[in-house]
Amino acid sequence: MASNAPALRAIAVTAGRDKSGRPEAMDISFSPGMITALLGPTGSGKSRFLQDIESLADADTPSFRRILLDGVLPDPDRRFDLQGRLVAQLTQNMNFVLDMRVHAFILAHAESREADDPEETAKRVIEAANGLAGEPFSPGVQLTQLSGGQSRALMIADAALLSWSPVLLIDEIENAGVDKRRALDLLLKSDKIVVMATHDPVLALSADRRLVFENGAVRKIQTRTPDEEALLADLLTAEERLSAIRADLRQGRALRA
Amino acid sequence: MRLVTVAGPPSCGKTSLLAKACAELIAGGTACAVIKFDCLQTGDAALYEAAGVPAWAALSGGLCPDHFFATNLEEAYAWARDTGAKCCVIETAGLCNRCSPHLRGALALCVIDNLMGIEAPGKIGPMLKLADIVLVTKGDLVSQAEREVYRHRVGQMNARAVIRHVNGLTGQGCRELAAILKKAPDIASVTDMRLRFPMPGAVCSYCLSETRIGSRYQKGNVKKAAFGGDHGE
Ligand SMILES: Nc1nc2c(ncn2[C@@H]2O[C@H](COP(=O)(O)OP(=O)(O)OP(=O)(O)O)[C@@H](O)[C@H]2O)c(=O)[nH]1
Ligand SMILES: [Mg+2]
Repeated sequence: MASNAPALRAIAVTAGRDKSGRPEAMDISFSPGMITALLGPTGSGKSRFLQDIESLADADTPSFRRILLDGVLPDPDRRFDLQGRLVAQLTQNMNFVLDMRVHAFILAHAESREADDPEETAKRVIEAANGLAGEPFSPGVQLTQLSGGQSRALMIADAALLSWSPVLLIDEIENAGVDKRRALDLLLKSDKIVVMATHDPVLALSADRRLVFENGAVRKIQTRTPDEEALLADLLTAEERLSAIRADLRQGRALRA
Repeated sequence: MRLVTVAGPPSCGKTSLLAKACAELIAGGTACAVIKFDCLQTGDAALYEAAGVPAWAALSGGLCPDHFFATNLEEAYAWARDTGAKCCVIETAGLCNRCSPHLRGALALCVIDNLMGIEAPGKIGPMLKLADIVLVTKGDLVSQAEREVYRHRVGQMNARAVIRHVNGLTGQGCRELAAILKKAPDIASVTDMRLRFPMPGAVCSYCLSETRIGSRYQKGNVKKAAFGGDHGE
């Protein structure tokens, strides 16, 4: 029972109230394979929103939101099974603490998920992680010896490919020392509902849509416009230029304007 | 009165969780009281009182805290009843991993944290294996992958138990814990209840405060281990 993750086609968050008791703008629904960015200053209600999802709120939190799974309020059995497990979190945590080697650890995770071919699955996760990390690592290394960037890369690859939870919440991958574009591609393919709190313009514009928070409630939903797509392309070019300059500087090459 | 036994290694978060869950119960109109059994010292009673939860600490001093728990359970239960509690929670010391305070017919909780190493669920033995509910704390300090692998390992050691991730710092999961405590078996008396797992049968000279090392000081139920030769049983 515990290993088989729930198949979830949609989560809906019904409109609640903001901190002053005014009604929230709209209901919001999420489906697998979709990336949503959360934007807004600290204290604007992003965390409350995520906690409401995680705790399967039923008008019993300060926001008065309700969470519907596949269109219905979950019954007590479903709530009990999912509570605290619906949302997998990738926080800004950069290090592992468990006393295991990378391969044994990922293999144990694959086995716990009853993967058809745990060895093959573990291999894929470690390869994906090495594709995100700056410097590659060997499967035989202890988890605790991975660098911050390597740990984070492994956490992202594992969450995308092996996590039990149908919803994945990511806190600021921009600071993680991993290839954020590739990380995003991997997450897109994961068939999870991905929700990402970010301050990075490239990541925010890469999301299918953005929720803007104010005073404890969602004020606006924005989907990416053709204009913004063009802007994203510009930003990506600028970022590539920036990393080329960074590489040149590192290698002691002279730069031209 | 309902009865709950709680076991878990030192500093795993037992008091943090129970203080929040009991405060929640009290706020909802269910009086409760906590008894902490420990060995040499504990500040737990003060922590509970600070959360508004009536509490008493009993220290075993020179005796095994688990034996001391069994010896004093009737009195502890009577004390809790005198406070007017409808739910009596017993937090034990969980020092040597050999024992388990869990009783047949009472609700048995085990608390374990995510930081104790992947072999810990196997090592702590009966207090985990015989629990009805296992609460895993300190998930905030590890990755999602570690939480999931660790949870799986706990499930391998006790397939029967309900396993929950909770957080002693933020209180995440404590409301659900309160709902679980509220449904613990309601019992009339602890007299004639039975432990789920026997405590070690040993009366040797060290049980009687012998401090000197050496075979000639050892009397009573003395067991000598084998050293060298084949490993294993
Ligand atoms: N980060 C984190 N710390 C926690 C969590 N739960 C408890 N702690 C901390 O762990 C320490 C020990 O917590 P206690 O609740 O006293 O643990 P205990 O199991 O009652 O300890 P003893 O009764 O002394 O064996 C305290 O500093 C708590 O704040 C948690 O979920 N996350
Ligand atoms: Mg304690």
